[in-house]
Amino acid sequence: MAVTQYSKSLEDTAERLTERLSQAEAIRGRSLWFDARVRFFGNKAAVGALVVLILVIAFVLIGPSFAVWSNEEIDWGRMGDIATAGRPSIETGHYFGLDDLGRDLYSRTIQATGTSLLVGLVGAFVAVVIGTLYGAVSGYVGGWVDGAMMRAVDILIAVPYMFIIILLMVMFDRSFYMLFIGIGATSWLAMSRIVRGQTLSLRHREFVEAAQAGGVGGFTIIIRHILPNLLGVVVVYATLLVPEMILVESFISFLGLGVQEPATSLGRLISEGAGTIAYGTIWQLLVPLTFFLLTIISLFFIGDGLRDALDPKDR
Amino acid sequence: MLRYIFRRLLVAIPTLLLLIIICFLLMHAAPGGPFTSERKLPPSVLANIEAKYGLNQPLFVQLWDYLTGILLHFDFGPSFQYKDRDVNDVIATGFPVTLTYGTISFVLATVVGVALGVLAAVRHNTLLDYIAVGVTFSAQALPNFVMAPILVIIFTWQLGWLPGGGWNGGQWQYVVMPVIALSTSYMASIARITRSSMLETLHSNFIRTARAKGLPTRKILWRHALKPALMPVLSYLGPVFVAMITGSVIIDMYFSTGGIGLNYVNAAFNRDYAVMLGVTILYGALTVLFSLVVDVAYAWVDPKIRY
Repeated sequence: MAVTQYSKSLEDTAERLTERLSQAEAIRGRSLWFDARVRFFGNKAAVGALVVLILVIAFVLIGPSFAVWSNEEIDWGRMGDIATAGRPSIETGHYFGLDDLGRDLYSRTIQATGTSLLVGLVGAFVAVVIGTLYGAVSGYVGGWVDGAMMRAVDILIAVPYMFIIILLMVMFDRSFYMLFIGIGATSWLAMSRIVRGQTLSLRHREFVEAAQAGGVGGFTIIIRHILPNLLGVVVVYATLLVPEMILVESFISFLGLGVQEPATSLGRLISEGAGTIAYGTIWQLLVPLTFFLLTIISLFFIGDGLRDALDPKDR
Repeated sequence: MLRYIFRRLLVAIPTLLLLIIICFLLMHAAPGGPFTSERKLPPSVLANIEAKYGLNQPLFVQLWDYLTGILLHFDFGPSFQYKDRDVNDVIATGFPVTLTYGTISFVLATVVGVALGVLAAVRHNTLLDYIAVGVTFSAQALPNFVMAPILVIIFTWQLGWLPGGGWNGGQWQYVVMPVIALSTSYMASIARITRSSMLETLHSNFIRTARAKGLPTRKILWRHALKPALMPVLSYLGPVFVAMITGSVIIDMYFSTGGIGLNYVNAAFNRDYAVMLGVTILYGALTVLFSLVVDVAYAWVDPKIRY
């Protein structure tokens, strides 16, 4: 009895084994990105931050359809007494209260969060494109070109950028595009150093030598063989650049030198709110501050999680 | 060593010159000069004003005058906005204030940051470590312009302990909030860098050897671990210095401390290019000088660097 049972279970095991072996052919290798995904979603803080960020983005996208007031209308009936009549309330339709001029802070916050996220993304994109290409070219070409290009970075990194961006903003009448360009164009330096280091280690690998032996041109090698291998590092630092860009933009907007009215950003709203705390309208500071902190901290956590997931060396 | 310093100086000087030239050219490439205002001036008056400030001369002559003015006489030229003050006056009145609270903030951020980081690393994976990691991670998202209003709400409006602004010759009540606002996020960054590099050091072989031969923990930390662990922190001090200089603009504006920052922002609004340019160059020079100091200190401390 026991023997038959044993042999039966043995048969079962063998059957399952053959089944699994036959399936094994179908099992695909675990790619870097698959591993990274598993690691990232295993990181509770990063996943939580991702959820928060998605909620913030959803708020920017869907929020306007719940707004009773637009971001430009002035609520004349309540603007005389913002400290009491302009409090956040559901009945008046001003969910986040009124701002200093009697405009709806709910709509203004949506607008500001959208601007800040956009500046962060575009600024980081510009910085990543410039930094990656510069670093990859410098690292791949090597020799005195590399030396000269990196010395230039050394020199430029010693410049207090904020002042250059402000100078640009003042000259070009605080235009939105100048802000993008200014922030992006001054933040690629660290990126280029990292990319150069990575490229140096890739330059003499077999697949690059094979491409060179095959007669592929230098630029094509960089685009087709070097860049894809840099993607992990680039993605990580790009994610960490986004909050940095938002911080820079908020800094400039806090000084009143950023985007101009009626456009607004979180830094601008924080500045306005900070200027009026003496009048008992504390929500004007707390609302934009909350959105600012939610965005920045969640981006930090996501960047950190991505680094752990994609750049295991750094753990 | 001297040769190394000399070589670094050779790089620093062209950097400064380049910075001055770029800023100068940017300023002159801008559409609209300092005297374009709402009210149109008669052309003859405008020509007179421009002649007074030398703006009618060829660009390279202006650049040459400006450069020689700075280098030979340490003169940043007249302000375009105030008739009776030149850029040197603006800098001379504001800079000591900025320097005072800037230095305190810098020292505070470094000392507290390093102490916190070392503590967290030594007590790795304890409650203290977790709290330190959580606090510093969040505090990185608290830049000066966020800290400043929060501090004012708490300490001025709620508790009424500290004045909400002013300088008053640098009495301590007036210095506390600017310093905290300016240093918080960098303190957090420094603590994080210190913690991770300290952890790496504590897991290295020479520390294990030191433990194996029976040295007490305190001695291991002070004698062996601290120096190599602080190398990354040292190289991070350059960027912190730049960020603090930049942050001082916010502090001066928000707390009305009377440093250069407020003048700078006003100059930006009034298109007073001379003041903007002067302040930018001054801060650029300080940055270059400081990064030189950091590099030399690095080379001096790190035996692996050959110069």
